[in-house]
Amino acid sequence: MGMTITEKILAAHAGLERVEPGQLINARIDLALGNDITAPPAIKEFKALGVKKVFDSERIALVPDHFTPAKDIKSAEQAKVLREFASEQGITNYFEIGRMGIEHCLLPEQGLVGPGDLVIGADSHTCTYGALGAFATGIGSTDLAAAIATGECWFKVPETIHFRYHGNLKPWVRGKDLILYTIGQIGVDGARYMSMEFSGEAIEALSMDSRFAMANMAIEAGGKNGIFHVDEKTLDYIKGRLKRDYKIFQSDPDANYAKVYDIDVNNIGPQVALPHLPENTKSVYELGDIKIDQVVIGSCTNGRMEDLRVAAEILKGQKIHPEVRVIIIPGTQQIYAEAMAEGLINIFIEAGAVVSTPTCGPCLGGHMGILAKGERALATTNRNFVGRMGHPESEVYLAGPAVAAASSVKGRIAAPEEVVK
Amino acid sequence: MIIQGKTHTFGNDIDTDVIIPARYLNTFDPKELALHCMEDADPNFAKQVKPGDIIVAGKNFGCGSSREHAPIAIKAAGVSAVIAGSFARIFYRNAINIGLPILESPEAAKSIEAGDEIKIDVDKGEIVNLTKGETYRAASFPPFMQEIIAAGGLMPYVARRVRQSV
Repeated sequence: MGMTITEKILAAHAGLERVEPGQLINARIDLALGNDITAPPAIKEFKALGVKKVFDSERIALVPDHFTPAKDIKSAEQAKVLREFASEQGITNYFEIGRMGIEHCLLPEQGLVGPGDLVIGADSHTCTYGALGAFATGIGSTDLAAAIATGECWFKVPETIHFRYHGNLKPWVRGKDLILYTIGQIGVDGARYMSMEFSGEAIEALSMDSRFAMANMAIEAGGKNGIFHVDEKTLDYIKGRLKRDYKIFQSDPDANYAKVYDIDVNNIGPQVALPHLPENTKSVYELGDIKIDQVVIGSCTNGRMEDLRVAAEILKGQKIHPEVRVIIIPGTQQIYAEAMAEGLINIFIEAGAVVSTPTCGPCLGGHMGILAKGERALATTNRNFVGRMGHPESEVYLAGPAVAAASSVKGRIAAPEEVVK
Repeated sequence: MIIQGKTHTFGNDIDTDVIIPARYLNTFDPKELALHCMEDADPNFAKQVKPGDIIVAGKNFGCGSSREHAPIAIKAAGVSAVIAGSFARIFYRNAINIGLPILESPEAAKSIEAGDEIKIDVDKGEIVNLTKGETYRAASFPPFMQEIIAAGGLMPYVARRVRQSV
């Protein structure tokens, strides 16, 4: 029996010939990530352990991105813990405000993750890096503490669900729509504890940015990781970025899958997930008149160049609805600069949107756009749980940047074709 | 380990944002987090919960964010154990890592009602509903996880291994 790409990467990092789903392994990690919310408890536990030095000062990334630029004194104290620890330990991949970005946009951009890597991060959306053919998964602060001390982490080898996407994507449909549609099909625990492997001709046609968006939301189906196979697009992306050697793994033709889904994309329209779970998906064309107060375009899901270009294509020459606030957050400083050079930032400002420094900010109800009681947002983020973006009685609808931009103009959830003919 | 207490019940897909909303994540002080435990699922929970009480919920408990603040808030609020139909993966790891007893039992999750007095034998994976006179089975932990639990969490377990390797 062959192995899946996920099983092969785990086996290679555990020093084993092969692994089976359900097997408990101890694996070597290539990179461990923490942010301003999750790293401070990990650093405290690391220090309590009495280990003097981290396992490798070049294989730890610390990114203050959630409540930064610091939203209040307590958040400033948390960010300071990261800064001081990075300095004490000589951690090379610490990213200060002005040079940083949203962690899951930043790490691939900076060439810190490559094909075949095993990455853990104290952030649930660490699964994003699966777009590069890496095994990447979220863990908690205690696991991070143990990992930065030992360079290892224990795993239960997951079973894999294979998602094969066939056909041609409709206009305006991108990775975000495919993953929302998929979560709608299998539910928020449909891939609980499991690996989600994405392939098929519709996936080959997707940009890297769209693949990042899909892998990012594997966790919203309960997945342990989401993973893509390496192709020309992947190699183009890592070229000039990745400074380390990498290894390409591929699923064997006779690999064992717990389940296989064949999904026809020909009829999938732009998707919207209704409150309060990402599984409550509908095509935008099926929605009635849903007025909105705020739009957020950004996040580790949709804060990349493709997302900003799609939003700008729709917002060009348009005015944002007078009763709507639009907050656009480029994922990293580099994305911000590129968007500026392409004239996208001007388009956003002329339309009446605010453009923010990179931050997770409103996605998790941190800052930079918190909702009042009874308010409704449409966001390109990844979670629409109760109270996620602010007041427990506010609502978040999830969609891709095309629907978000069109809705900004219309003042209600709208299809892209309503604005751009 | 034997745990006994009164239950508080919740539904399916209780996410870590309602367990501890992000607006309180600018600290990881367990006492502060405990004040807001389960706030967006039940605003009165933190006021009403008594030391030793048990949370019982449906499927996929703890889905969403990796914030360890969620099991920390629950533990610091005095909750002695969480029983659920199933647990989301990161929450499950985090709970074991910090020494919060958790038990997976769809049968218990379905049958237990708010206020029932229950007694849990963690080692045997047995849950007895003293109010209703029923007994439910919970999934047992693999030996490796039992070692972490016996050590009192991941850090004491790792500390022991670090000491052994020196």
